[in-house]
Amino acid sequence: MGGVKSIPSPAISADERSHEVDHPSSQVAHFGTEQPLRLDCGVDLTPFQIAYQTYGELNADRSNAVLICHALTGDQHVANVHPVTGKPGWWETLVGPGRPIDPKHYFIICSNVIGGCMGSTGPASINPSTGKVWGLDFPVITIPDMVRAQAMLIDRLGIDALFAVVGGSMGGMQVLQWTAAYPARVFSALAIACSTRHSAQNIAFHELGRQAVMADPDWHGGGYADQGIHPHRGLAVARMAAHITYLSDAALHRKFGRRMQDRELPTFSFDADFQVESYLRYQGSSFVERFDANSYLYLTRAMDYFDIAADHGGVLAKAFADIKTRFCVVSFTSDWLFPTSESRALVHALNASSARVSFAEIETDRGHDAFLLDVPEFFDISRAFLQSAGKARGLKGS
Amino acid sequence: MSVQEVLPLGGVATGQSGDFRADYRLVAEMVKPGSKVLDVGCGEGDLLQLLETRGIDGRGIELSREGVNRCVAKGLAVVQGDADTDLVNYPDDAFDYVILSQTLQATRQPRVVLENLLRIGRRAIVSFPNFGFWKMRLQLLIGGHMPRTENLPATWYDTANIHFCTIKDFVQLCDEINVKMERSVALDLYGRPVPLNLPWWVWNMFGEQGVFLLSRGGGK
Repeated sequence: MGGVKSIPSPAISADERSHEVDHPSSQVAHFGTEQPLRLDCGVDLTPFQIAYQTYGELNADRSNAVLICHALTGDQHVANVHPVTGKPGWWETLVGPGRPIDPKHYFIICSNVIGGCMGSTGPASINPSTGKVWGLDFPVITIPDMVRAQAMLIDRLGIDALFAVVGGSMGGMQVLQWTAAYPARVFSALAIACSTRHSAQNIAFHELGRQAVMADPDWHGGGYADQGIHPHRGLAVARMAAHITYLSDAALHRKFGRRMQDRELPTFSFDADFQVESYLRYQGSSFVERFDANSYLYLTRAMDYFDIAADHGGVLAKAFADIKTRFCVVSFTSDWLFPTSESRALVHALNASSARVSFAEIETDRGHDAFLLDVPEFFDISRAFLQSAGKARGLKGS
Repeated sequence: MSVQEVLPLGGVATGQSGDFRADYRLVAEMVKPGSKVLDVGCGEGDLLQLLETRGIDGRGIELSREGVNRCVAKGLAVVQGDADTDLVNYPDDAFDYVILSQTLQATRQPRVVLENLLRIGRRAIVSFPNFGFWKMRLQLLIGGHMPRTENLPATWYDTANIHFCTIKDFVQLCDEINVKMERSVALDLYGRPVPLNLPWWVWNMFGEQGVFLLSRGGGK
């Protein structure tokens, strides 16, 4: 049987990927051995670097800084053309001129997370003690580690308190971790499509993705960089599986139904007859162009370990005791990865802490991905929440 | 379904002056400036907005998603929730006042809700339509059918108001659960207070709705 196409190899070489890892097209904050990052696993990561983008100007009293936290496969290029893919910023629907988070009013910061692969130190970076790529020698990191690193960046930028911390999915986890760890440094928190802990089902999906990566012979026990290759097939399968969880049955049906891809009849082969197959293969192959396989393992692991209540004696409300931060929690009806029930549990805990919280569930059939898409009701709510917080903070123009 | 949707209080709307309903203005007067307030069943947030103009830190719970989203889009701190099930999540003494405006009759367990209001808040402000209002009585007595008014237009089979009571009934419940009435006002059909010096039965007859400022009783 000829003509069966597997997932195509990436159009981009391993060399180009590693360039963004070590020499990102972003601003970089270097932290030397005098400023180690103390990780939850007990290791001090040093030296390390954080790659970040900023938009807008910091005002005179340094009160208008907004930190955007990116999701699992996002990066710091929230509102500019991506240096590798050439695509627009991943959250230009929310961040940018005329958008709810407008650089005209706010100093917007977005950094690549620790463990990422777009310029912040991670498993694809060079381990200074060996001169080789870290690979699996990189220590396991957690969401609190990511936030600790961000706090060091904020210190470096001379910002004491952030006006807002904003993020969806894994970014939302970071938002919640910020409020639990540094309540006095966060004036307002916009946590979207997220949870205070990763569910068993979500851990299961992550394990599926990691096993797909590790089952690729090109993974070489995590040491593929030394061989000059990349386990793109395994990583693409991981991405395909994950991508399904970001959508919904209704959205897939509306978008693709059972329609065929460039053909009228089935080919009676394992070629991508259906549009949905073709779409998933494209998602898989375009992802591996910009993402490191080991980084995917580390970041999914960080999400799995996330459980704020567990860090506070099992009582979620204790994490937010007497907090002054203004919260806005948003969920989407068709999101089955971070369902509304998770947001509601968070809201109950915030109520129990007498925190000032708004909570809106938005009706959409677009699943978890809705937070990245054009959902006007979500933008209205985000804009109003930040404006009212801005008024309370005394920001001009809000 | 929002209480506001099933209970559009057209007849007690704006009154003569201002943009706010007469009962809202009365409720707002009862709240001391600078206090912390929870509005249970806050609809589209009109009362919360009125309170905000008076420097009051207001929060809201609303059952309908549309109502909540409109509130949040106005910058109000409102969460989606149900008075019957979600009040238990709030700690004791979390608020100075908890307001239940035109919602008591739509709850499944009014007594439990009322007890929760005065657990969470040091004071509660409760307003509800008075089923002892003369128009109601007349419809049942003469018409022989379940009363429907301008303010309560829903039929018996599609109303969300499952626990109607009269002012007299409510006063009795307050006595039973040892709740102190600090202030009580009956509003007539036009949102005007029924004169204070008249006896209870007049209130119960001519009050279209009752508005009560409550606090915990001193123990028996």
